[in-house]
Amino acid sequence: MKRNKSVLLSVPYILWMVAFTLIPLGVVCYYALTDPNTGEFTWSNIAELGTFLPVFGESIGYSLVSALLCLVLGYPVAYFIAHRKPLTQKLLYMLVMLPMCMSFLLRTLAWVALLQDTGIINDFLEMLGLARLPLIRHPVAVVLGMVYNYLPYMILPLYAIIVKIDNRLIEAAEDLGCTPAQTFVKVVLPLSMPGIVSGITMVFVPAVSTFYISQKLGDTGTFLIGDVIERLFKQGDNANLGAALSLLLMILVFVCTGIMNKLTDSDGEEMVVV
Amino acid sequence: MRKLFVIFLVCLLLCGCTVQPDNQPDQSGTITLNVYNWGQYIADGSDDSLDVIAAFEEKYPNIHVNYSTFDSNEIMYTKLASGGITVDVIFPSDYMVARMRKEGMLQELNFDNIPNYKYIDETFKNLPCDPENKYSVPYTWGTVGIIYNTKYVDEEDLVGWELLWNEKYADKILMFDNSRDAFGIAQYLLGYSVNTTDEKELEHCAQLLAEQKPLVQQYVMDQIYDLMENEEAWIAPYYAGDYLTMADVNEDLGFYLPENQGFNLFTDSMCIPFCAKEKEAAELFINFLCEPEIAGANMDWICYGTPISAAKEFMDPEMVEDPVSYPAQEILEHGTSYDYLPPSFSRFVENLFLKVRIS
Amino acid sequence: MKKANRVITILIFVFLYAPMLVLIIGSFNEGKSLARFDGFTFEQYAELFRDQDLLKLLGNSILISVISSFVATVFGTVAAVGICNLKPKMRRLVMQLTDIPMTNPDIVTGISLSLLFVFVGTKMLGQRDSLTFWTLLIAHVTFNLPYVILNVMPKLNQMDHSLTDAAMDLGCTPLQSFFKVTLHEILPGVVAGAIMAFTMSLDDFVISYFVSGMDFVTLPVEIYSYTKKPIPPKIYAMFTLLFLLILVLMITMNLLQLRSDKKKVQVGK
Repeated sequence: MKRNKSVLLSVPYILWMVAFTLIPLGVVCYYALTDPNTGEFTWSNIAELGTFLPVFGESIGYSLVSALLCLVLGYPVAYFIAHRKPLTQKLLYMLVMLPMCMSFLLRTLAWVALLQDTGIINDFLEMLGLARLPLIRHPVAVVLGMVYNYLPYMILPLYAIIVKIDNRLIEAAEDLGCTPAQTFVKVVLPLSMPGIVSGITMVFVPAVSTFYISQKLGDTGTFLIGDVIERLFKQGDNANLGAALSLLLMILVFVCTGIMNKLTDSDGEEMVVV
Repeated sequence: MRKLFVIFLVCLLLCGCTVQPDNQPDQSGTITLNVYNWGQYIADGSDDSLDVIAAFEEKYPNIHVNYSTFDSNEIMYTKLASGGITVDVIFPSDYMVARMRKEGMLQELNFDNIPNYKYIDETFKNLPCDPENKYSVPYTWGTVGIIYNTKYVDEEDLVGWELLWNEKYADKILMFDNSRDAFGIAQYLLGYSVNTTDEKELEHCAQLLAEQKPLVQQYVMDQIYDLMENEEAWIAPYYAGDYLTMADVNEDLGFYLPENQGFNLFTDSMCIPFCAKEKEAAELFINFLCEPEIAGANMDWICYGTPISAAKEFMDPEMVEDPVSYPAQEILEHGTSYDYLPPSFSRFVENLFLKVRIS
Repeated sequence: MKKANRVITILIFVFLYAPMLVLIIGSFNEGKSLARFDGFTFEQYAELFRDQDLLKLLGNSILISVISSFVATVFGTVAAVGICNLKPKMRRLVMQLTDIPMTNPDIVTGISLSLLFVFVGTKMLGQRDSLTFWTLLIAHVTFNLPYVILNVMPKLNQMDHSLTDAAMDLGCTPLQSFFKVTLHEILPGVVAGAIMAFTMSLDDFVISYFVSGMDFVTLPVEIYSYTKKPIPPKIYAMFTLLFLLILVLMITMNLLQLRSDKKKVQVGK
């Protein structure tokens, strides 16, 4: 009986979430299906989505590469942190989290100052008598920017999982004659799968929709889907096409994260960060 | 853990108490005037200039100016058109004044509150964008030309707008990040009218812009200052007045106006949009900016041409005679202004420009 | 292997902190460029404290993140207790609803909320300025709520429910049993949720960028408009001060936690 009553506590929350997540998505659909000039029903925004498929492809490519790089770079760091003394762990964990609290716009701008043709690294190279390098406005620079910005989102969930792995399992594997490499592949890696999946999702989603990093670090050929949507809403005066693109982006992200979650059967109720 | 939580809560509450939400209707009778202007477009007190907004607030202590900036007409228009906000004073260019006027987005001004309108030169009255002088008060005028770095760019390459397509300077060229100015340049180069509504001509322009894209370092607006001053980029089309600001920092910069092909001659005006709440205060602000002494000090800093001849008395004489800000009449005759385009057509151009960017 | 891990970790930390170092050095620069150091000065800090508008924007940011994280923490914790007791099927549905703002890209969340506010405010209620402090607050609470729920739910699930039953058998009202037993058990989750909500809200740019109007703007949104023009170096000074503030806050938090952990261990003995 008591339980039934406390269920009522969730009602305001459900109403709030319906009002401010589901209904807004309905409004987005409404905009996607109306004409910007006349306000009448139209399929033309949806029909135009085809033009933007290459942009979607490019965005997905960049963010997948970034997510994988984050994984490769983040895993050793998470592993290292997880095997320190508790105090050091706390300190290092904090140092990973700190950049997440600082303005990513300014930090990206600092990369511009480092990489540009008249930037810090190039000035330094010249001082050493070396030639200046084209570091910025290059697809690699965009990936670098994404990895830089979203790496903490990879390290934190990985750390949270690795630190929970029972050391006895590793010892047992070693006792049974596994080489360190075998132990890692057969024991540690499978056990850290949930962290890997959640880390990749947490890097992939913001990276695929970013609209600043590509503008600052990429060349004119790098114009990602976030840039397109931002442009349509903020200066193209075409919220309707923008809404259609947002819907497609959303569906795409949900499909991707759905696949990721299927791969590990995580039920999504466990929060791995913090 | 509990202690931690209590401390956290106390911190939260303390912060919450010390910071008051602003812009709530004030008790003291102060009103907030939302001014929405281009970036770097009003003297702000730096470099020993007059801080115009502070001077205004000093003169009218019951008005608080909430100043925000935009980088292009299109951004300003979209922000107002998408709704949900209040803005009292805006600074659109000529073609945007016409568009907003025709779409009912401007309020008629009450010129009783703007007595300083008498100082505006006759040549800046009855402009095509506002033929009856009901909606706008001119703020500045100027030309669009090419800013280049004399250290890296050969004089002999200054043959016209083609400079922006010169492969020699690949990756050192900047380009406008707004459709109207970008297409304008392509139109001058191809010899089309800048006010064409011929879709074929525009598609041709888009093609030309797409060809230019691999040579372009970045599409920018006001970021051009840093990029040109630091010599990260060498060539950029931009507004004449801003060239003077940049040349102050980097003496190697030059300004080139492709007279033979034509160039844009613009007038930026002050208007009150439909969503304004403080119309009277907005008119006071417009009037204040038309005061010759203020306008003079303001123009000294932004370096654009002033439509108020009386203001020149209060300006740096060097500035008044500067051939970049005030070109000779026979040069100005080669300039054309942008005209009104219907909204569906503006969207078409915007879409074309977007396609150039994603191509 | 272990050595390699150590080297990679050090390199990654250099990678993470080098750009911030550039900004911090930039705040002491006489010149305007980040890329060239022209001479040491504190002038940028003086400049920063003279700029009332910039300080007010920082105030705005703190205000919105304090209020929104507080509301989201209380609202979310209460809701979590309710959700926990829902029937499994219903519960899964609600958790899926909670997942929407989590998995949705920020840009889509921001756009959908701004379209909603303008649609309801302008088209349905005929208001001119529907994007205000309040709509921004609603947006922040909305994206903060899932963080609180997702941090509190696991703690609630782990909790032994016979404890609350026992408390009530001993004469506690449901409210008393919540405050005396449940809250005590789930507190770490609540605190973690609150801290996360606060930091997410403080640093949020994308959603605020789409939802904020003219009157109430937060610091990250204004920084974006600063990055589109020549940036005054006082922004770097502000960055440096914020960096120090957050560093100090985090260290104190950790020390406090360490102390309470130690106490627990002693009590356990």
